[in-house]
Amino acid sequence: MSLLEVRNLKVRFPVRQGLFGRARAFVKAVDDVSFTIEPGETLGLVGESGCGKTTLGRAIVRLIKPSAGSIWLAGEDIARLSAAQMRSRRRICQMIFQDPFTSLDPRLTIGQTIGEPLEIHHLGATPAARARRIAELLAVVGLDPAQAQRYPHEFSGGQRQRIGIARALAVEPRLIVCDEPVSALDVSVQAQIINLLQDLQRERAVAYLFVAHDLAVIEHISRRVMVMYLGRIVETGPAKSVVQTPRHPYTQALISAVPQIDLETRRQRIILPGEIPSPIDPPQGCPFHPRCPIAVARCQTDPPSLREIAPAHYASCHFAQ
Amino acid sequence: MALLEIHDLQIDFASAGRRLRAVDGVSFSIAAGETFCLAGESGCGKSATALSIARLLPEPPAHYAGGTILLDDVDVLRATPRRLRGIRGGVAGYVFQEPGASLNPVFRAGAQIKETLRLHRPAAATDAEVARLLKSAGIPAPESLMRHYPHQLSGGMQQRVLLAMALAAEPKLLVADEPTTALDVTIQAQILDLLKDLRQRLGMSLLLITHNLGIIGDMAGRVAVMYAGQIVEMAPARALLQRPWHPYTRALIASVPRLGATEGRLRSIPGNVPALDAMPGGCRFHPRCPVAQPDCRVHKPELVEVEPARWVRCPYWNSPSPPSKS
Repeated sequence: MSLLEVRNLKVRFPVRQGLFGRARAFVKAVDDVSFTIEPGETLGLVGESGCGKTTLGRAIVRLIKPSAGSIWLAGEDIARLSAAQMRSRRRICQMIFQDPFTSLDPRLTIGQTIGEPLEIHHLGATPAARARRIAELLAVVGLDPAQAQRYPHEFSGGQRQRIGIARALAVEPRLIVCDEPVSALDVSVQAQIINLLQDLQRERAVAYLFVAHDLAVIEHISRRVMVMYLGRIVETGPAKSVVQTPRHPYTQALISAVPQIDLETRRQRIILPGEIPSPIDPPQGCPFHPRCPIAVARCQTDPPSLREIAPAHYASCHFAQ
Repeated sequence: MALLEIHDLQIDFASAGRRLRAVDGVSFSIAAGETFCLAGESGCGKSATALSIARLLPEPPAHYAGGTILLDDVDVLRATPRRLRGIRGGVAGYVFQEPGASLNPVFRAGAQIKETLRLHRPAAATDAEVARLLKSAGIPAPESLMRHYPHQLSGGMQQRVLLAMALAAEPKLLVADEPTTALDVTIQAQILDLLKDLRQRLGMSLLLITHNLGIIGDMAGRVAVMYAGQIVEMAPARALLQRPWHPYTRALIASVPRLGATEGRLRSIPGNVPALDAMPGGCRFHPRCPVAQPDCRVHKPELVEVEPARWVRCPYWNSPSPPSKS
């Protein structure tokens, strides 16, 4: 049984006129997305601003309520559970956030921050047991347990991200949604955090939904990858396969746009014209057609669906091969 | 005569009654029409250095403890406020990281560009000139975009408006401080291409500050890598990326995941960048350096030109890299 199975998930936000007006239009942030994550594996989710990847990550941990579809977590559909019911399910699925500076409560010591989930879920029979567990978690993420009494502002960005990871691990989750966990960090610190996440996965068989915009990081850490554009998945498959032989024109452009440090592997740039359209008013037909270098008349009216182009490698384009 | 010449720049920052040295003896020059990249991680002093070129750092808390900055023959650190106003925009134009934060939210885009024109080229402060500038910044329908407020524009559009503003004063040097960090990768590609194109067409020099080493390879020219307030290596971009010499540069390049090429563990640099008030003795990088020798703890290395145009601040730059450890 898959650890997570998402079926036909939709998340839309109404755009209201004035404070109490009727919804004039909808932002289709997540538009009919389906995928699975197996225990202990990493699924990478990549896309640019407005593609819906953050909304998708948040919907899975129920920080956002889905508009339609189902989210099967460890065999149970959590899509329409109440907040009270969700609380116990949060032991299975946790989240790490992008901004190390705003994701920790500045008025709690880091020990209190990491201890909060232990208290909420009644883990650790005595305060002493909880303190031991907090010290353990700090050590696991490479921080000095003696610093549990310090406040977040006394730590660097990379260290704060480690604290966020310790907090997520406190309940021993089976799945962690990592929402751009290294984007705000310096390059050398990114490498430390990515290595830490991989070590933790090996030791604890925890699965990750790893959301990021950095393709190289995604390829490095993920077994499989999904590429999102305007709320839909345009390509999905094994990480190496998607990155080395992208089939969808958007993925191809995305990969070609990544600045390359190794001059030998310099690739021909595909510069996409125009801007990423607003998800309030997505184009008819294929959402990518206005910017697509190979679009034809059919693309304006006939939306493609995901089809298998290579083993386990799917792309949503009439011309992908 | 170089367009920009910085010699032995030293900048202190006042903090809790003390003065901490954030930039310590930085020297480099930029010729007319050249692209120069200043690369390094957070806190290395690259932004402080770049802002100093037009004396834009607030003083206090900044304090210039030494060195000179010669921009188009003007001694920036000793110039009168009047002279500086002429330089700001007129000789050195700036583009910053967060375009949304650099634009005034209550004025339309066109009005903000016109403001710059009025300051530097009043005779050209017309809608037609604003449209021309927006077009050269890659905006296809400038007449309608001029009327937009910043919040109605995407990040990429905002950055183009800022570029148009910077170009309005026809600067000889464009300083771009992390201009694409906040932008998506496909938009980043557009903006970088635009910068290259503008530099070529206008014969402008470009000082690009970035922590993204991939961009450096793309933009060519020369690079200086900074660490803890000092330049640790300086070389032509291609040579630096293909054969980095300083252990920090090597470690930095090794820690960047490559598309299609990374297996196993990423090579990270152990430890953290030192705080300004806890600078190690001797070589500043030695506590984290994979090839550190005993005398690195006491001996402060100089930046030495080992080969023509290749500078490195490490007597052991020639040591072979040790087997990778993370």
